[in-house]
Amino acid sequence: MPTTQVEGIAISPLLWRYFVKPLTEKSEREVANLEDDDFVVRTVMKINSEIDGAYVFSSGKNMGAFKGVGNPGEIARFFKIEEYDGYIWTGHTRFPTNTPGWWGGAHPFTLLDWSIVHNGEISSYGINKRYLEMYGYKLTLLTDTEVVTYLFDLLVRRHGLDIETACTALAAPFWKNIDDMPNDEKEEMTALRMIYGSALMNGPFSILFGHSKGLVGFNDRIKLRPLVAATKGKTVYMASEESAIREICSSPEKVWSPRAGEPVIVELEI
Amino acid sequence: MLTIDAKGIYYRDLNQKVREAVSKGEKEILLKNVNGQYYIATGLRNEATITIEGVPGNDLAAFMDGPTLIVKDNAQDNIGNTMNSGKVIIHGNAGDVLGYGMRGGKLHIRGNVGYRVGIHMKGYKKQIPVIIAGGKAGDFFGEYMAGGMLILLGLDSSDKRPLVGDYLGTGMHGGTIFIRGGVDKKFCGAEVSVHELTDDDRTLLEGYLTEYCNDFKLNLLDVIKVEFKKIIPTSLRPYGNLYAY
Amino acid sequence: MFKSLSLPEFLAKIDPVKCIKCKRCINNCGWSVYSWGGDKVLIDTFKCVNCLRCYHYCPEEAITILDNPVKYRKNANWGYYNIRNLKKQADTGGIPLTGMGSDMPYPVLFDSLLIDACQVTNPSIDPLREPMELRTYLGKKPAKLEFEKAKGGKSKLKTKMPPQIKLEMPFIFAPMSYGSISLNAQKTLAIAAKELGIVMNTGEGGLHEDIYPYRSNIIVQVASGRFGVNPDYLNAGVAVEIKIGQGAKPGIGGHLPGEKIPLDIAKTRMIPVGTDAISPAPQHDIYSIEDLRQLIYAIKEATNYTKPVSVKIAAVHNVAAIASGIVRAGADIVYIDGFRGGTGAAPSVIRDHLGIPIEHALAAVDERLRQEGIRNEASIIAAGGIRSSADAAKAIALGADAVALGTSALITMGCTVCGKCYTGNCSWGITTQRPELTVRLDPEVYAERLINLIHAWSHELKEILGALGVNAIESLRGSRERLRGVGLDSHTLDILGVKPAGR
Ligand code: SF4
Ligand code: SF4
Repeated sequence: MPTTQVEGIAISPLLWRYFVKPLTEKSEREVANLEDDDFVVRTVMKINSEIDGAYVFSSGKNMGAFKGVGNPGEIARFFKIEEYDGYIWTGHTRFPTNTPGWWGGAHPFTLLDWSIVHNGEISSYGINKRYLEMYGYKLTLLTDTEVVTYLFDLLVRRHGLDIETACTALAAPFWKNIDDMPNDEKEEMTALRMIYGSALMNGPFSILFGHSKGLVGFNDRIKLRPLVAATKGKTVYMASEESAIREICSSPEKVWSPRAGEPVIVELEI
Repeated sequence: MLTIDAKGIYYRDLNQKVREAVSKGEKEILLKNVNGQYYIATGLRNEATITIEGVPGNDLAAFMDGPTLIVKDNAQDNIGNTMNSGKVIIHGNAGDVLGYGMRGGKLHIRGNVGYRVGIHMKGYKKQIPVIIAGGKAGDFFGEYMAGGMLILLGLDSSDKRPLVGDYLGTGMHGGTIFIRGGVDKKFCGAEVSVHELTDDDRTLLEGYLTEYCNDFKLNLLDVIKVEFKKIIPTSLRPYGNLYAY
Repeated sequence: MFKSLSLPEFLAKIDPVKCIKCKRCINNCGWSVYSWGGDKVLIDTFKCVNCLRCYHYCPEEAITILDNPVKYRKNANWGYYNIRNLKKQADTGGIPLTGMGSDMPYPVLFDSLLIDACQVTNPSIDPLREPMELRTYLGKKPAKLEFEKAKGGKSKLKTKMPPQIKLEMPFIFAPMSYGSISLNAQKTLAIAAKELGIVMNTGEGGLHEDIYPYRSNIIVQVASGRFGVNPDYLNAGVAVEIKIGQGAKPGIGGHLPGEKIPLDIAKTRMIPVGTDAISPAPQHDIYSIEDLRQLIYAIKEATNYTKPVSVKIAAVHNVAAIASGIVRAGADIVYIDGFRGGTGAAPSVIRDHLGIPIEHALAAVDERLRQEGIRNEASIIAAGGIRSSADAAKAIALGADAVALGTSALITMGCTVCGKCYTGNCSWGITTQRPELTVRLDPEVYAERLINLIHAWSHELKEILGALGVNAIESLRGSRERLRGVGLDSHTLDILGVKPAGR
């Protein structure tokens, strides 16, 4: 992985980047009955949980994660970020809340083409983790945000929910509001809450979910963490604070704060 | 009048400069190119007017005691946290958790406000904190409010979102909320009731609104031509029956 | 000649100075401890069970009930009950009976588990001001939801949801049959269940017509005796439960003696007056898990697949595998009754020595179903010794969808857990059919107390959720990460899936 010496980053893990493709002949794979994506996910989980000290922190086809311990500018220079082009960028810096900073525990948390950066705390981590484990995910990165990535992978890729429905499952409306909905919608929401109760993300969060076709910003059901969105021309910005947006776009055309649990879903115009 | 260019200045340095100037008796300060610096005017005392260009960061005017702040643009979260006196005028929108535990002074916002505005505002004797928002508000407006006054106007009729969110005045046990236009009881917390205004209420309200309209060059008559509703707690001790002894 | 060589357990005493000879104690005692001696109240202390009815109804507080100070010689090995039961058996040659849950000092793991709370890194939520959700649905949940495109491009729910029991809070009332408890006690449960938006369970004694108005808050039970079971009965409630076993007496049946079968119970159970109502130990159509499947589906057919089917089992050593089999057999709900669970009557030897506690059983079942990827296929009800909302919260964190309250509910009706339910003399009118006793239990009045209890527990649960920083019960359910064990050995921690405190 191309990196450069940066003052402030004294030690870093050995970083390797491989361009890999699952064997086309499925019968030659360790597990033949899996689709390519499932095979990659399984392999990532296997490496992360079984090989001591080795972690895969980026496994996308059209997504790259650059992360580490250091301030964001240093990390960007370390990874020579200026040499990459991208049409969606997410950035994150954090005060490591529950775990000391370590390279695997930095944001984003990614799997395939999904990436998550997160401000807050998933207080429902315990049950989200057990729910995911039922589907073969192994949670090895010692931090709550990891569940978000896998929950999206499960709900969107494996269960086939559209992104809006997945967001609704993860930050579901209250029963009180569901009871007031028209019948069809009530039935749908009730089913969603019943089935995805263990996936419900509880606690304070605002999250950016990046994927190859767009970007989603959403926050928890009672908006315990902030989220601001803005647009200028065809570009959309989302951040925890408006000033962060202003730093790169000093005069956005529209700035708004999405309501609790109301996802801002942006899709690429292709 | 002192002008400080805040571009790229770390918040501690910026606030240090402001504090020093105010303690030397500076009465008018202009902060240009502010973007995201936290704690501006936090804990600041004395008479001074600070005008802010750009978007100030969180905890603006926290524990503030006296000064007047004028923000030309939008502002972020936690403005007027536990503020004691003084005034903050915001020409744009403001974020969540405004005036948390505010004990006095005024917060005038021209635009929309976020969630949990006026949360646990206190009133004591002559100290009556007041928050007036010209736009719309999110959920938990006036949550556990214990005193003071919250006024929501909803002046921008092009914004189709509801005037105020759910759980209005939930846990409220003191103070008064005035809402311009109606409010559906089902969005109110269990602890409050909705009333028509009395003549005394109107006089009181017009007093506050006159000052607000002056700040933003609005016509008072346009503001008060729509009926207000008053929301007050039904009990000073909403949870008296919750515990067993 | 002596009365018995077993010592009386309690010493009932009346202070002659305070007593105004009103004779209320005589009327109130279901066990006839007191009688009128012409000028004073006579006491037969051998009969006293310490149910304290007399104490509460004595206007002068003249009564005290003491542990009998006359004791067998202290012996760490030969305790009071060992000697007393042995002597009783020598007296009678019979099997000593008992009621309610075991009172033996086995460790209660709930008391060695502590719940987490938020500090700084994750904020707590104020449960009084902010929404807190306890609503719970019991029943089979599909693993995922599917949508289809409807006309106009809107997506429409395609998955058909299996039937569910909707509970406004994760509590239900444990099955207690009419026969084991009085009709008034059942009515109390029914009124409270309806008011609270939860459910009660008929137990195996059929459904009395007075309970019919509460149909939407009732689970009807089918047990080995098949009392009162017909197609109407199966369709009368919101769900049907097949009773395999009971925590207090796993592996054994029940026996309601003919003397206790008056007309009304006979009608409800659909058996002749005065015959013994025998619930055989096994269900004689279930000798294997395939047979259970057959019965589950027979009931589903009979109810046209509109009701979830629950299977109630006692917590026994192999409970995880058994529960897995039950889920695979098609049950929508698995009800696990821990060995501390209550009973109207059970042999002491069984109650105190068979089965395993609910904590171990629940943890093992939930984990097993997850490992097999079928946890969503059925809900879990935990029962057998839930004494407080804290127990309930811990059970839910271990993996229960809801908890069932039997003894706790009866305590709100006056029960003092004296354990003498099997005598049919309950002075509080709960576990008796004697009309002069059952009239004491006014369902309307006592339902209010039961409702109070569940409201209080719900508030407490919300406080716990708030402290945990979550606002829906599903974020606690199965979240063992939020529990820590204190003073538990590593095997036990492993079974519970819980870390020790400090880690
Ligand atoms: S109830 Fe009390 S006062 Fe009345 S007879 Fe019995 S002991 Fe005496
Ligand atoms: S129900 Fe009655 S007999 Fe049974 S333990 Fe309770 S008080 Fe005693």
